[in-house]
Amino acid sequence: MKLFRHNPDFKMDVLREVGNIGAGHAATALSRLLDKPIDMAVPTVSFVPFESIADRAGGPEEVVVAIFLRVDGDAPGNMFFLMSRPQARRLLQGLAGFEASGEDAYSELELSALCEIGNILAGSYLTSLADLTGLSMSPTVPSIAVDMAGAILTYGLLQFGTMGDDALLIDTTFLKGEEEAEGQFFFIPDPESFERMFLSLGVPLE
Amino acid sequence: MMEGTVVKVGMADLNVAAGGAALKTTGLGSCVGLTLFDPKQLVAGMAHIMLPSSDIAREGQLNLAKYADTAIPELLKQVLRLGADRRRLVAKLAGGAQMFAFSSGASDSLRIGPRNVESAKLALESLDIPVVAEDTGGNYGRTIEFDSRSGVLSIRSVQYGVKEI
Repeated sequence: MKLFRHNPDFKMDVLREVGNIGAGHAATALSRLLDKPIDMAVPTVSFVPFESIADRAGGPEEVVVAIFLRVDGDAPGNMFFLMSRPQARRLLQGLAGFEASGEDAYSELELSALCEIGNILAGSYLTSLADLTGLSMSPTVPSIAVDMAGAILTYGLLQFGTMGDDALLIDTTFLKGEEEAEGQFFFIPDPESFERMFLSLGVPLE
Repeated sequence: MMEGTVVKVGMADLNVAAGGAALKTTGLGSCVGLTLFDPKQLVAGMAHIMLPSSDIAREGQLNLAKYADTAIPELLKQVLRLGADRRRLVAKLAGGAQMFAFSSGASDSLRIGPRNVESAKLALESLDIPVVAEDTGGNYGRTIEFDSRSGVLSIRSVQYGVKEI
């Protein structure tokens, strides 16, 4: 992307910090919901070829539980909260004491609970970014799917699709304890959002 | 290329195979997997199409395989080069799902699956290639594999297992 020709390292650092702040607030929200400490790994920010984006979530055919929402406002984009099926199961048990029914099937209530968790986490992620940048960023009503990672993540790539064959991804993993992953946040701002974010944060474009 | 070989087709990618080799693409959501096949020459091609029309492209160097209106003519060119007879070619389609349901205010980009299917069919029609089978729409992901010997397209999904068309 042209915008990243000048000073790319600094710009990537800024986006990493954006991810850090957003996901940090989301992790705090999750930790309050579960009444357990939730930690997070340092976000990775990178241009990922479409072909390999699903590898970040275990591979294109890996079945994941994904809550997707579109970000509207000054800096639009796409956001996913991704979990493996065991992670989603643990989250449901930890949160509401849902008894494990079938390992693979989810009831309407369970899906709706997971969707609401995604909503709360994305809301705190975006609120903190909106406070930081002064830009309006509001989540649309979230939607949930349990399916192949490849099929799901395509929805985050459409805005980049017309520009090239890779997308800028801000990827943060939530951890419980030292290393056990509890979920993953993907934030993929639309290509035109970066300039607005940089301007509002006082990052020189050139 | 020989029997037993599986040729991988990535996202926004296309490829051809012959002599019993298979073509495979994984994790189709809103994307459309399209195959062309000459049942006599046993020449096959597959495209993993991401977007309906290259009119919206803003990229410098156009990736032909990405858009329905450019991928299908390019795939046609490649299967013809491999010895397919244009008059015998038949097409199969899979994918074009709508993975996420939105109650209101769904932007057009979320309907991308059905639009990809429509656009692929239009492009095939304009090239006079008949669609002999399809498994499109729904709200689930698909992995597809095409056998260039039998002409069978097998479709695997998490909910419904394997289906052949």
